[in-house]
Amino acid sequence: MTQLNSYRTGPDEDGGFGIYGGRFVAETLMPLILEVQKAYEAAKDDPSYQADIDYYAQHYVGRPSPLYFAKRMTEELGGAKIYFKREELNHTGSHKINNVMGQILLARRMGKTRIIAETGAGQHGVATATACALFNMPCKVYMGAVDVARQAPNVFRMKLLGAEVQAVESGSKTLKDALNEAMRDWVANVEDTFYIIGTVAGPHPYPAMVRDFQCVIGNEAKQQMLEAEGRLPDTLVACVGGGSNAMGLFHPFLDDKGVNIVGVEAAGHGIETGEHAASLTGGRPGVLHGNRMYLLQDEDGQVVEPYSISAGLDYPGIGPEHSWLKDLGRAQYVPVTDKEAVDAFKFCSQMEGILPALECAHAIAYVRKLAPTLPKDHIICMNMSGRGDKDVNTIAEIMGVSL
Amino acid sequence: MAETMDTGFQPDSGRIAARFAKLKAEGRGGFSTFVSAGDPDYDTGLEILLGLPDAGVDMIELGMPFTDPMADGPAVEAAGLRALKAGQTMTKTLAMARAFRDVHPDTPLVLMGYYNPIYSYGVDRFLTDVKAAGVDGLIVVDLPPEEDKELCLPALRAGINFIRLATPTTDDHRLPTVLRNTSGFVYYISILGITGTKEIQADPVRGAITRLRRHTDLPIMVGFGIRTAEQVREITQVADAAVVGSAIVDRVRSNLDADGKPLPGCAKAVLDYVAELAAGARN
Repeated sequence: MTQLNSYRTGPDEDGGFGIYGGRFVAETLMPLILEVQKAYEAAKDDPSYQADIDYYAQHYVGRPSPLYFAKRMTEELGGAKIYFKREELNHTGSHKINNVMGQILLARRMGKTRIIAETGAGQHGVATATACALFNMPCKVYMGAVDVARQAPNVFRMKLLGAEVQAVESGSKTLKDALNEAMRDWVANVEDTFYIIGTVAGPHPYPAMVRDFQCVIGNEAKQQMLEAEGRLPDTLVACVGGGSNAMGLFHPFLDDKGVNIVGVEAAGHGIETGEHAASLTGGRPGVLHGNRMYLLQDEDGQVVEPYSISAGLDYPGIGPEHSWLKDLGRAQYVPVTDKEAVDAFKFCSQMEGILPALECAHAIAYVRKLAPTLPKDHIICMNMSGRGDKDVNTIAEIMGVSL
Repeated sequence: MAETMDTGFQPDSGRIAARFAKLKAEGRGGFSTFVSAGDPDYDTGLEILLGLPDAGVDMIELGMPFTDPMADGPAVEAAGLRALKAGQTMTKTLAMARAFRDVHPDTPLVLMGYYNPIYSYGVDRFLTDVKAAGVDGLIVVDLPPEEDKELCLPALRAGINFIRLATPTTDDHRLPTVLRNTSGFVYYISILGITGTKEIQADPVRGAITRLRRHTDLPIMVGFGIRTAEQVREITQVADAAVVGSAIVDRVRSNLDADGKPLPGCAKAVLDYVAELAAGARN
């Protein structure tokens, strides 16, 4: 592992985290990306912007989210103490709203009047549709046709909130294709439109900006853990698709050298089957969607269609900062299969009375394996990044239950 | 800031400069086409490519297929996916370029596409093979000047033109950055949007060309949104060349059977259509 004095100084001024990140976009978008960067840098220095974010975080999103000691699960597994950071209790049911509020407030400062977004599981789409309703802005959400089918409740929620949901029929019809379409929309509507990217990927400054908005998760967790245990956790666990909930939890702890950091990737039917979405385990560096990152691709540099039961993890890439942390060895990334995640979904539901999103069920599956191997004074903090109500149809189908 | 060092190296734009000089002597603008390499399959794609100069095409953009062409519309995306499905690879695309150069020593050939397949192939290996294949230049959509160190500067050092895209959003403040390391010609994207989705408007293009000419002496090619011989005629009167892409790959698609296999006479039908468009640059 490479030792740095600080792991929290990235990106560099060109958006680089080591070789990852950057601004790989068409010229039409380039002036816009620079405009977003400039506006974000100015906003960061404006106390009234942070005050706006704090106001909505407290009164609209419902922050801070609790840090919860999962007592039954801890006792059942018989090892490390397990805490959940309860991001699923946020308004709209996931961590996605943290980032959306930051970006929509920025869009308003920039005088933009129309919002677009991509979504996989629909959590980011719902959060964006919600904020657009709040601020009375037209909203178009791009969603792969496959995801529209498997996340029907979230599609309906977005429509109820007044958003237009565009099913994307190109490519694998999942998250990557939704991102392509959203970028195409942006290229055609640069004057009035702000693109709210939902994860820590895309051209600079998005990976850093989204991370900054999500860092509220880790900052709160750190404080709450000190209050609960008088010390920092030993291990952090979070699921990674694009990587925003994980980065939000991890980043504030990166320089706390005693804290182990583990991201959990979607191994789908198993890494060996090739049907998975584990870009860090099964991919190599590549360029897509405006940044260099670990990417699932064939030997000719063509993007391979990812697979996961979880629509929110079904993405062939991973944010550039995660890619960098993997190479440095500061964070480890482990794969968890569909089956393990579904078992963990049921386990968590019955053990703690919390229906986790299928995305976080991957993190729970890893905690389930890890906790019994650790001593009782070891503390695990896992990000419960979303709630599983949206996934009950998928789970029912797997169990052969018709609703 | 991005690396903006001057390479101090002017690539020999050779065939490109010679072709624009010839067009100037003929008193007309040039006609360029985009086709996706290996669309609908290698043999038919090669037949189309080899036939383009005789159909009246002055210079050629050969697309390197990519699964996720973010700046392209449905027509060009579908063309690339057809080619990939038929087994097209970077190696085969470079072989097509070589085969073209063996038959047509003078027609400029430019490779156009996205960065990842090049990055995956290896930049040094790519430039060596591109040079050996007789390719004159590169257009890589997702490499803006901010990423010049990736491919633009190595390409210029290897003597291969790096052709930059300018767009309606590239304002006077930004144009010098965009033009700094560009060579061969400038590709002006005439619409806000992706390929094949909006119709070109001649008047704004005229204004944009005037603006570009204040910043560069390079020839200016205009593309995105040109679909008819009449539009080719209009645009070649204000710019140095016009390029048609989506309309041509659409013509490939309409000459396929239900399984995506080329119908008999597919290449000829496409080339006949190209000849109709090419006439626009000669009237």
